[in-house]
Amino acid sequence: MTKLTILLTSLAALMTVPALAQNQDLGAPVGEGGPVESVSVLGGDDDDGPLRGTVTDESDWRDLGIAIPAFATDRDQPTPANASGTAALGSEIARVITANLQNNGLFKPTGPDSLPKPSFAQIRAPSWGSWSGRGAEMLVHGFANARPDGKLVVGCYLYDVALQDELIREGWEVRPADWRRAAHKCSDLIYARLTGENPFFDSRIAYIAETGPKDNRVKRLAVMDSDGANHRFLTLGSATALTPRYSPDYSKILYLSYVDGNPRIYVYDIGSGKQTLVTENQNPTIAPRWSPDGRFILYSQAVAGNTDIYRVPVTGGRSTRLTTAPGIDIGGSYSPDGSKIVFESDRSGTQQCYVMDADGTNQRRITFFGGRCATPEWSPRGDQIAFTRIGGGFNVAVMTPSGRNLRVLTSGWQDEAPTWAPNGRIIQFFRTTRNSGRSALWQVDLTGRNERRLPTPVDASDPAWGPIRP
Amino acid sequence: MNKPFATVILLASASTMAACSKEPPEELPPPPVDTVPTPAPTATAPSGPTVGTQQHFQQAVGGSTIIYFDTDQFNIDSADAAALQAQAQYFAQYPQLTFTVEGHADERGTREYNLALGERRATSAKNYLVSLGVTSDRIRIVSYGKERPVALASNEAAWAENRRAASVIIN
Repeated sequence: MTKLTILLTSLAALMTVPALAQNQDLGAPVGEGGPVESVSVLGGDDDDGPLRGTVTDESDWRDLGIAIPAFATDRDQPTPANASGTAALGSEIARVITANLQNNGLFKPTGPDSLPKPSFAQIRAPSWGSWSGRGAEMLVHGFANARPDGKLVVGCYLYDVALQDELIREGWEVRPADWRRAAHKCSDLIYARLTGENPFFDSRIAYIAETGPKDNRVKRLAVMDSDGANHRFLTLGSATALTPRYSPDYSKILYLSYVDGNPRIYVYDIGSGKQTLVTENQNPTIAPRWSPDGRFILYSQAVAGNTDIYRVPVTGGRSTRLTTAPGIDIGGSYSPDGSKIVFESDRSGTQQCYVMDADGTNQRRITFFGGRCATPEWSPRGDQIAFTRIGGGFNVAVMTPSGRNLRVLTSGWQDEAPTWAPNGRIIQFFRTTRNSGRSALWQVDLTGRNERRLPTPVDASDPAWGPIRP
Repeated sequence: MNKPFATVILLASASTMAACSKEPPEELPPPPVDTVPTPAPTATAPSGPTVGTQQHFQQAVGGSTIIYFDTDQFNIDSADAAALQAQAQYFAQYPQLTFTVEGHADERGTREYNLALGERRATSAKNYLVSLGVTSDRIRIVSYGKERPVALASNEAAWAENRRAASVIIN
């Protein structure tokens, strides 16, 4: 018995040792930003107003005017965050918040460039008279102060102009390099307070940057903030990179690379810039996914023409095979509680979506709409599954986890591979243009009406939206 | 690990066989398959491509270095079989050669599915070559899914050209 245990342990150890991959295609490690810590900020008189209810349709909200003047500073002084000092930084922060709130179809924000600048004292005691005349129902105030140790303290206040009342306030302490995160945290505070929804601005997106002609496309792993800022290329482009996924804690990225000539999944560690194979094996591995707790990785492996879904602990070790049907079983997306997995399979003859328990049992088909169902992704709220609906072209569609209430949200020629915002209200995907093969990232909200293209430095595909940053 | 692996092979070969007996290739568009008579193994020709190059392989088998598939299919039809027979004869003649079968798909499938589909097509071609006597350790397979099209338009003719398994000499 002991012998057997030892044998098993050493066998497991053998399989656990992550093979250090040849990193020929990796750029310099990016490193991660510092923490963003909440700090208490002073208010005027205290008494929170009521919540405004949840959003059911953006038309009720489109006209909610929000004035976002420049953030003030206690003392204009130099900061690595802005060449012109903390006062100029305050204007930049207000611009970032304005752009965030503008881009989701719910609000009508007015930014700092057309508004008077409040003084530092007015942040806690707004000059109501000058704002009520501007037609804004909501007023955002804030400050950006540099502390002696160089760190920034950013305060954020949301006021109801008609009621002359503070709705919410919060403050954050950040390294100068992370100043945009404070602007995103403030955007999230405002968004969550006014809509009753969960926040999503302070998050990052991994994707594939594409350049070159259709028959010789260079595909690089890239990352950026949810608004496109802080863009970085992580691979150099000599090997094709595909289908990235941020780990729930943003410390790693799973992606597929041809760096050794074969399609294989690597676990890229963002801090160290090192990467390892997800499983030591001669077979192609594709379609990587994280479990919601970040402890497991799903991958699909092709063995002699038959592709199945496997699960492996992120620390390495033995893989568990979850599907056995002949044909292509691929992908997989966990329900937020980790109990179920939605995946795609062509076992019925065409690609369809199936749900199974997390251990691979109870596999059952959920789509019967006539077309094909691919790349299903479970919403972080658990109530919807987004997928690529194939029927003629590709569209992004959503349905309930039982396959009901199918709604098609987009109408491009090829809209592929949806990914959810951390709050489950917005979906990003990539759109390919007929003939040219040019690709770009787009996003759409659940009404299907607020669709827009995301700015990226070059063509882009395979977006993967990470969770709210800690 | 042994048991699931054996099952995989069984299932895979079962599905391949099932697929082989399926549907005649009514409207396979491009490949005009020359049933080239085996080139004599002459050691003549000081000029021209040398053994071990893709050019030599192409010169010997003509268009038969590539086989084509119907939409979403991976079965070997009669045109494919003829092309693979020409390849097998070539590789029988030059037993020192190793080669890669690259599996490809057209752009009308999703990226991940197409990677699996390309692998399936390359495997079909490999299995057929093995059945013709080419030993499997000489054949490497790789799938490029829809990432490496040869025909660039978005129409039926281009898609038909891109649904392929291409044999490429390693050395």
